[in-house]
Amino acid sequence: MNLAGSLIGCGPLLRFALRRDRTMLACWIYGLLASVIGTAVSFRKLYPDAASREQLAASINDNGSLRALYGAVYDTGSIGALTAWRILGIGGLMLGLLCVLLVTRHTRAEEESGRLELLGAGAVGRGAPLAAGIGAALTASAVVGAITAAFLAGSGEQLNGSLAFGAALFGCGACFAGVAAVAAQLTETGRAANGIGGAVLGLAFLLRAAGDAAGNGGPGWLVWLSPLGWAERVRPYDENAWWLVALLLLAGAVQTGIGYWLAGRRDLGGGLLPQRPGPPAAGSTLRSALGLAWRLQRGSLIGWSVGFAIGGALLGGISKGVDQLVSSSANVEQIVQRMGGSSQVTNAYLATSMNLLAMVAAVYAVQSALRLRGEETSGRAEPVLASGVRRLAWAGGHLLHPLLGSAVLLLVGGLTAGLGAGVVFGDVPGWTGRLLVAGLVQLPAVWVFAAVTVALFGLLPQWTSAAWGVLGVLLFIAYLGPALNAGQWLLDLTPFTHIPKLPGAVFHAEPLLWLTLLSALLAGAGLAGLRRRDIG
Amino acid sequence: MTTAIDVSGLVKTFGRTRALDGLDLSVAEGEVHGFLGPNGAGKSTTIRVLLGLIRADAGQVSLLGGDPWRDSVALHRRLAYVPGDVTLWRGLTGGEVIDLLGRLRGNGDDRARRKSLLERFELDPTKKGQTYSKGNRQKVALVAAFCSDAELLILDEPTSGLDPLMEEVFRACVAEERDRGRTVLLSSHILSEVEALCDRVSIIRAGRTVETGTLAGLRHLTRTSVSAELAAPPAGLDALPGLHDVELRGTTLHCQVDTDHLDALLRALTDAGVRSLTSRPPTLEELFLRHYEPESSDSAEVGS
Repeated sequence: MNLAGSLIGCGPLLRFALRRDRTMLACWIYGLLASVIGTAVSFRKLYPDAASREQLAASINDNGSLRALYGAVYDTGSIGALTAWRILGIGGLMLGLLCVLLVTRHTRAEEESGRLELLGAGAVGRGAPLAAGIGAALTASAVVGAITAAFLAGSGEQLNGSLAFGAALFGCGACFAGVAAVAAQLTETGRAANGIGGAVLGLAFLLRAAGDAAGNGGPGWLVWLSPLGWAERVRPYDENAWWLVALLLLAGAVQTGIGYWLAGRRDLGGGLLPQRPGPPAAGSTLRSALGLAWRLQRGSLIGWSVGFAIGGALLGGISKGVDQLVSSSANVEQIVQRMGGSSQVTNAYLATSMNLLAMVAAVYAVQSALRLRGEETSGRAEPVLASGVRRLAWAGGHLLHPLLGSAVLLLVGGLTAGLGAGVVFGDVPGWTGRLLVAGLVQLPAVWVFAAVTVALFGLLPQWTSAAWGVLGVLLFIAYLGPALNAGQWLLDLTPFTHIPKLPGAVFHAEPLLWLTLLSALLAGAGLAGLRRRDIG
Repeated sequence: MTTAIDVSGLVKTFGRTRALDGLDLSVAEGEVHGFLGPNGAGKSTTIRVLLGLIRADAGQVSLLGGDPWRDSVALHRRLAYVPGDVTLWRGLTGGEVIDLLGRLRGNGDDRARRKSLLERFELDPTKKGQTYSKGNRQKVALVAAFCSDAELLILDEPTSGLDPLMEEVFRACVAEERDRGRTVLLSSHILSEVEALCDRVSIIRAGRTVETGTLAGLRHLTRTSVSAELAAPPAGLDALPGLHDVELRGTTLHCQVDTDHLDALLRALTDAGVRSLTSRPPTLEELFLRHYEPESSDSAEVGS
């Protein structure tokens, strides 16, 4: 089939995709634009003159943990440049995530459900679903990029810089849509394709963070391995490096081409990895609801653990470069304390790193708790629940993963971060012990997210996936709040605020107990609801 | 006769939809009971109530002497269930699913029985969930159910994906289960299957039971088709009760008659002089069609 032939039907599919996703797209785009506009507006209030902006730049750029989170401030000449500095990293990440989800949703997930077979039998070319998924992702990215550019140019920022800013955002979307285009061909399930896309996004963020955090002589080049690093280095309003926008678009185009090429070389419904026959009878562990849940979720836990091991090692391994604090002002102290809780920069950086790992672990907790709802809606829960398994035993089997699996992830992350820091500072047992504890104290905050998911699942099953929304909003506050001078009450909403900032800070047990109690209450309410409600 | 399933006045609403509207169902111990109804009539909803997966809004439900909502776990150990649309876990093979479902129920591990069922259904237990076709997924659930020592089998359209050969195997298995004294509730659309297997049937429509009884008993309530070649046009047909779909061309008559009025019709025909006569008892299909149709068009287009 030639290219034009294989794209037949792409137009109607794209319109259908945009129509199907209109609510979800509107929410995402609103959220992204609100953060751009909100950031610009609050920066204008917080840093009205050059002096205050210089002070901000000094406090950020001198501190490795803040550079890891946000990148270095490259230009204090305009509000536009500050907004671009702050948004491109996180905004590019979120837009990339949206694009991964969109492409997977319209390609592999549709194929997995069998709906694509129905469409494919009509006048629809082989490449059309992929093209429609990419089209939906590019449409969303273009809307976000264009409105960002228009808003900033309209509020008096330099036009060329505003265009570069919007284009860099668009480039992030295009690049990660390409990642998903390849991932969708490799796996057989939408979940696995999203997992690959998410892992690439996480790695891109980590490489960018590690490169930015690295001090003089450190591995600053790591930034250049990450598309998010490219977007950051576009430096709108300053360098306006359009060639990096072109690089992002090229990466997206090449990956899409590879995805398209792979799609033509496999069967509908199949992945590229061959199916092997499995055991004809169940092993001895597969004899209870718990055994089933372990079997279903262990692959995901192993994958996430590998990710945490790499992430922890990377964050720990670069911790030596971050303490090259040049100047310390009251402002630095304040921001560092809010972010890391200690004026000792290495400790603060590592505490921030453990906090970042905990935020990622919260994503795992929500995802693995949502598995319950997935089992229910797919109809797979029904035969299990009709075989003499108590509802609570069934739910409990799955919930061990968000409860204990997140502990495993935090311990793995803490361990490798501790080993990394220990190697560079020459005190392996000491750092490993400190960071294992620092990882584990995050656990109650992660549990809160699993518990919110369980509460929704038990009490408002149709709204279970709103757990993602709760997670997104609270992560957003935890991530952007401190530097936007958000009110303490707002920061107090996220469980991460209440976690002792270890290593370095004084350990308090009460907040951990309160968070654990809150999680227990939420989960208990959810499970009580599950016992009473209809299944399916 | 003890009852395995006893349901009366069952009501279940989903939002504004009244899925079950006073449904009655009674299944005796040791019988194979056919559960018939058009799509959306409430068969699966009833089964889900019986399994304690959803809670009834009103009505009495007794399953194996217990309350399916309150005693669900204890009851589930005594029954086996085959859903209408079997979805399997991607990473698990068919063999693993069969063993898992049996172990969850606490069954004895009868390897010989399992092996013979796998052979009879020609099922490869080493394939993973997503690689099975619809029919093969159905077979996984069927083998798991027939492997069990359950007293009651609840089968929700269990043969919808099976080929005719496998359908035969299925019928043989159900017959064996009945001979072993098990009770079977078989929801189905395949009438020949119901005719071959079921002792009694219940027909439901729009969440209500419209007919229940033995097949012979139900036939009695319905119509016989009559075709006759007469010597002269018959007189007074209009006055006869229970006559439907009358088609009279000259001396050729095709009509349907309620079985309890057959006698009067035959008398009228003999008066006119009968050259040839064929009469056919109602098939289950006709029985079905009559009950499946919306009430407004009850008498139209019945039969062939």
